[in-house]
Amino acid sequence: MSISVERGATAIVGAAESELGQVAAGYGPIDLMAQGVVRALDDCGLGLRDVDGIFCATTQARLAGLALAEYLGLPEAYIDSTSTGGSSFLGHVLKAQYAIASRACEVAVVAYGSTQRSLGRKNTSASERNPYESPFRPFLPPTAYALAAARHMYQFGTTREQLAQVAVAARRWALLNPKAWEKTPLTVEEVLSSRMVSYPLTVRDCCLVTDGGGALVLTSAARARNLKKPPVHVLGAAHVTTHLSISNMPDLTVTGARRSGELAYARAGIGPRDVDVVELYDAFTINTVLFLEDLGFCAKGEGGEFVAGGAIAPGGSLPVNTNGGGLSYCHPGMYGIFLLVEAVRQLRGECGARQVQDADIALVHGNGGVLSSQSTIVLGTAGTV
Amino acid sequence: MSAAAMSPYGTYLDYLKQGKLAYQFSPDAGRPVFFPRVVCPYTGSTRLEWRVSKGLGTVYSASTVFPRKGEPYNVSLVDCDEGFRLMSRVEGWPAEDVCIGMRVRFAVHVPPGGDDEDCYPVFVPASSPTDGGRA
Repeated sequence: MSISVERGATAIVGAAESELGQVAAGYGPIDLMAQGVVRALDDCGLGLRDVDGIFCATTQARLAGLALAEYLGLPEAYIDSTSTGGSSFLGHVLKAQYAIASRACEVAVVAYGSTQRSLGRKNTSASERNPYESPFRPFLPPTAYALAAARHMYQFGTTREQLAQVAVAARRWALLNPKAWEKTPLTVEEVLSSRMVSYPLTVRDCCLVTDGGGALVLTSAARARNLKKPPVHVLGAAHVTTHLSISNMPDLTVTGARRSGELAYARAGIGPRDVDVVELYDAFTINTVLFLEDLGFCAKGEGGEFVAGGAIAPGGSLPVNTNGGGLSYCHPGMYGIFLLVEAVRQLRGECGARQVQDADIALVHGNGGVLSSQSTIVLGTAGTV
Repeated sequence: MSAAAMSPYGTYLDYLKQGKLAYQFSPDAGRPVFFPRVVCPYTGSTRLEWRVSKGLGTVYSASTVFPRKGEPYNVSLVDCDEGFRLMSRVEGWPAEDVCIGMRVRFAVHVPPGGDDEDCYPVFVPASSPTDGGRA
């Protein structure tokens, strides 16, 4: 996609989570979306009647955009409920830029909700048979990521211990986040000795299964100037799809993040060295390794070594997944919205014990499917525009 | 039924029933196409030829799945020598010993249920067990 919008022309002005973890019985995904929306609106001082754009996705509603428009009473809102899996909400931000720039809407909400923990994973996602894969019973998504991890280990000598370090770093960040699901420390040994799910990934190499949702409010830079909180500008965004099913991924050690990162950096006019804080979709420990490489924070094949040195843990050289990530904070199935919420809070300096000092530029990277869709967004404070 | 009236998957399955692993070749792109489809993703051409693989390949990646109930089993991605990749499993070999780089040979799996279930391709070690089945 080559549509261009002016760098920084769109701003995220409100960000919030819904209830997380395990929500009360009877809550549905649209309840949590709406809860996120009202909280995100409250965060920026706008009201529901200001909203004229709805962007949302969930695996639990076939017509999610209609459901949220009905729920919020916004019959004339511009609607986009595209799903690219967990990266959907980054895609929504990408497209909200175009919608706002072309005046299709002025105030857009991006929302997600899931009750995956309460209902069980099987009851919240439709299973689609693929005649070229289903007979072999891959346990999806973990087996797809396990195949990528196994290939990375074979090609570059990456070890299970190095992958485990990703989970340990995420846990250390989570212990600084009062909203994180996990509350106790984690060691490399515990990751390695946990139940094996799909070799080489144990259950501790895999993300959590929680309920939860959240929302963002986006508007033009001009309108963003006089709202409650400092705006966070979209400096560059890009989306790349390399495949749907894992047997069609061209190279299991190189993701579409390489290209989406290049495009997003170019649009933002920055490079990896300019980034102060990084939020990556860590559905599995191998994701963090692959994305750090593909987004230029270390060379291809060196991701294992990079994370094993403690670089991404609190106190390391590169703050990554500062909320504790999908591995230790929250993961209701499509995690992308939470990456954006955390990046906004970091750039506003709202993160308390886990706050990254002087954070002006955040790199947010979302993943969807089985390393299938990759979305990269560079966000910056007003001073970076 | 004429070939033109058959779906890409239907044709593939027909070959499998005859014990053959078929794939498409795009003359315009000069490369194989898999999974079978109605248009070449490299050129946009609808001219796709069916070819039969020699059935030899190399394990590109492998995972052992540990179900909560039942025995662990192998899931592999196999690169066939003709230049296309597919998901399958390696049989006749301990699941946890299937390794990347292993040379494998195609075999057709015929489900015991008859026509209710489709055939699918599996692989077995290409060389004799004494040399470890490795390339």
